[in-house]
Amino acid sequence: MHFLLASEPVNKIVEASTEAAAAVSVGPDTAMLLLTVFVLAVFIGVEVITKIPPTLHTPLMSGSNAISGIALVGAVIAAGSGDSLLPKILGCAAVTLATINVVGGFMVTHRMLGMFRRKD
Amino acid sequence: MDPRLVQLAYLLSAVLFILGLKGLTRPRSAVRGNLLGACGLLVAVVVTLFQAGLDYRLIVGGLAVGAVIGAVFAIRVQMTEMPQMVALFNGFGGAASTLVAGANLVQTESFSTDMLVATALSGMIGAVTFSGSLIAWGKLKEFRKLDQIKIPAQQIVNGTLVLACIALTVAMANGDGSTMTVVTYWGISTLALILGVTLVVSIGGADMPVVIALLNSYSGLAAAATGFVLSNTVLIISGSLVGASGLILTRIMCVAMNRSLPNVLFGKMGATGSTLDADDVYADVKSTSADEVAMVLEVASRVVIVPGYGMAVAQAQHTVSDLRKLLVSKQIEVDFAIHPVAGRMPGHMNVLLAEADVPYEALREMDEINPTMEQADVTIVLGANDVVNPLARTDPDSPIAGMPIIDVDKSRTIIVIKRSLSPGFAGIPNPLFAADNALMLFADGRKAIQDIINALNES
Repeated sequence: MHFLLASEPVNKIVEASTEAAAAVSVGPDTAMLLLTVFVLAVFIGVEVITKIPPTLHTPLMSGSNAISGIALVGAVIAAGSGDSLLPKILGCAAVTLATINVVGGFMVTHRMLGMFRRKD
Repeated sequence: MDPRLVQLAYLLSAVLFILGLKGLTRPRSAVRGNLLGACGLLVAVVVTLFQAGLDYRLIVGGLAVGAVIGAVFAIRVQMTEMPQMVALFNGFGGAASTLVAGANLVQTESFSTDMLVATALSGMIGAVTFSGSLIAWGKLKEFRKLDQIKIPAQQIVNGTLVLACIALTVAMANGDGSTMTVVTYWGISTLALILGVTLVVSIGGADMPVVIALLNSYSGLAAAATGFVLSNTVLIISGSLVGASGLILTRIMCVAMNRSLPNVLFGKMGATGSTLDADDVYADVKSTSADEVAMVLEVASRVVIVPGYGMAVAQAQHTVSDLRKLLVSKQIEVDFAIHPVAGRMPGHMNVLLAEADVPYEALREMDEINPTMEQADVTIVLGANDVVNPLARTDPDSPIAGMPIIDVDKSRTIIVIKRSLSPGFAGIPNPLFAADNALMLFADGRKAIQDIINALNES
């Protein structure tokens, strides 16, 4: 990813991160750590998901879809913080959409998986 | 709340997501897996809500409205409509990521290059996911008008949009958080919205499994990008899990069609040198009746049923399940052969049949059942076409050449239930229908199966 390799902006980041050390700063170390987390999580994902049988692929899609509604966490922060109205409204819309995704996704997956129970 | 406590809670929810997905590897543990995933999300949201200084009015409103809408969707949706619903939800997830990154851009005070690039990516991927998913949803709903939209010089339009997005991202990376940066962000998102439309609008119905899997992956990647924006690990971990999941499914679907991803996204099917004429191929088609099919089934000891999208359209899954029960009660072995791309999303047929009480042990994957197709006395093809077309093996010029198929033609007798001889998605005739051992039952899928059941009961 080019923003991690470019050396020139790094100085800027160092400045920014020392200025806002207490806030959610993105220093070079933080970015590298986050990237490490990202790549390792992709590997875990591949390992786990290749073992899921085709029979469960639709529940996998709706369930993982619900998990991607995790953006709800960011949406909650956006809707609840700051003073200006516009970002709050954007955040509120995001909370609504992400909640539909999360609640609908997990519920419909639950409903579907109930059908896969052994019936004899 | 102590920031380190928040981090620990996020770590817990990431672990719960991984355990949840692990649970999905077996039907028995899948329900618990899904609940673990839901708990993970709950933990992450509750911990976030406890952060100091949040104004809860808008949050609670959004949560309440979203929860009600989501629950209503989840309870009311028909199993045949699952692809539409997953497509729509993917889109909502993508839109949420774009909005969060946009809101953060106005609220934050630290503008590092890393953060700005992540913001641009979040806006871009989220917006493509949103508009692309809405188009996919519309196509699955079979809005005719969508199929009539033709974008001139489509590849050039797509390419230009991608380049413009990249150029604006570069411009934004050096931004200072001024109004210009914000405007650039929404510029990127708008272009990406258009790109989502132009990418998906020309992709045909039978390629939807690939498109939905890919959009699923994008919705995860958008969340991960938002995680980079907010330096939030739980977003990154869960986003990358979903991204990986979608990419794996995309790959499985592409392999099952023997096509590359670019070919599915940009290519056209059908425009090949195949010279087969439908009239010649179908010269010897034999048609049959439900009574005759019942007589053939009476003396069979092993029956294989191959469902396709037509079964979903005809809502025939419950009737098929009844037929299976009846045959099993007559000591006949019944298996279902499921092609990976049968239907409109990965695993579509399995869900429908599970809904209709068919035990999952009776659902066989293509690779598992193909070696045993010679021992099948009767194969019933219900609403499937291209996935059982032997041309995939024999005609190297065919648009489906090399696609793995279910070897229906090797079974002793083949019953094809279909309303007419119209071609499948690939637009080519299917010599299977005219094979010596094939009988065509021209009817609506559900009615045909019901007639067969009635005939079996009378005899």
